[in-house]
Amino acid sequence: MNLQVNGAEFQFDTGSSIGQLLKQLDLHPDRVVLELNQNILNTADNINTQLHDGDKLEIIQFVGGG
Amino acid sequence: MHLKGSETMDSLEIAGRKFNSRLMVGTGKFSSNNAMQAAMEASGCEIVTVALRRVDINNPGDSMLQHIDPERYLLLPNTSGARDAEEAVRLARLARAAGCEPWIKLEVTPDPYYLLPDPIETLKAAIILVKEGFNVLPYMPADPVLARHLEEAGCVTVMPLGAPIGTNRGMRTRDLINIIVEQANVPVVVDAGLGAPSHVAEAMEMGADAVLVNTALADTPNPAAMGEAFKRGVEAGRMAYLAGLGPQRSKAQASSPLTGFLREE
Repeated sequence: MNLQVNGAEFQFDTGSSIGQLLKQLDLHPDRVVLELNQNILNTADNINTQLHDGDKLEIIQFVGGG
Repeated sequence: MHLKGSETMDSLEIAGRKFNSRLMVGTGKFSSNNAMQAAMEASGCEIVTVALRRVDINNPGDSMLQHIDPERYLLLPNTSGARDAEEAVRLARLARAAGCEPWIKLEVTPDPYYLLPDPIETLKAAIILVKEGFNVLPYMPADPVLARHLEEAGCVTVMPLGAPIGTNRGMRTRDLINIIVEQANVPVVVDAGLGAPSHVAEAMEMGADAVLVNTALADTPNPAAMGEAFKRGVEAGRMAYLAGLGPQRSKAQASSPLTGFLREE
């Protein structure tokens, strides 16, 4: 399926759930926060949430900042 | 008031929570995570700020959460990068969804050159976030009237800037911060632009309740030593404020007796 991840087109064919996408990207679910189609998701509660063609996903994490 | 040494180190209370340290530390721009941790450790800080950004999915890198012990430090996410209230509220909600306690350093800085906080959008966002149950610590221009509005909106501190972010120029807004300190009923945290221990000491001598420092600790060959230097600056300033500074005068007032000179009168 075609997703938009962090503002860029992303082809995702190795699964269909958020957990599978994070695994493919090598991202630990505890360390990122997600926004799916502009709705904030609790990552841990949405590992099995299914993604659909055209979904817009933001994957965000904490970085250094003042 | 009778003060004896360490008894003067009173605790800071924000939103009902007590802190022994009055120095908050930002985690940006350090040359390495080790340097950042060393600076945090040496500074004695208990509150550290972090930012939220998109993961680079081609090069994810570390999450800051891997390098900060949540048992030891209160994580204070900021809304840096927000250009208006809506973006700031979105970032605050994301931070809470990431499992942080509902503390947020509210920053709305649409101007990319001086990164000055937008007073109107900051107040708008503060009103929304307070209603949503956040403890809001707003970065703000050193404007006493705005400080009142933010306090009335329910912010748990006010955070006037000493000088623009990252400039290391010290207490350029000193006279206005004095008025904020005089009028505020919530802790006043001087944030931004404090580049030397003498700057933080000056803020604390004036009666500011705390300071937040990032660039000065990151932009030095020895962040650990600088962390300790700032810690001492904050403590010295606080102790002097509590002890009570002598008044300034325009004319000399002799410290030695004006009698018994070895000369013919």
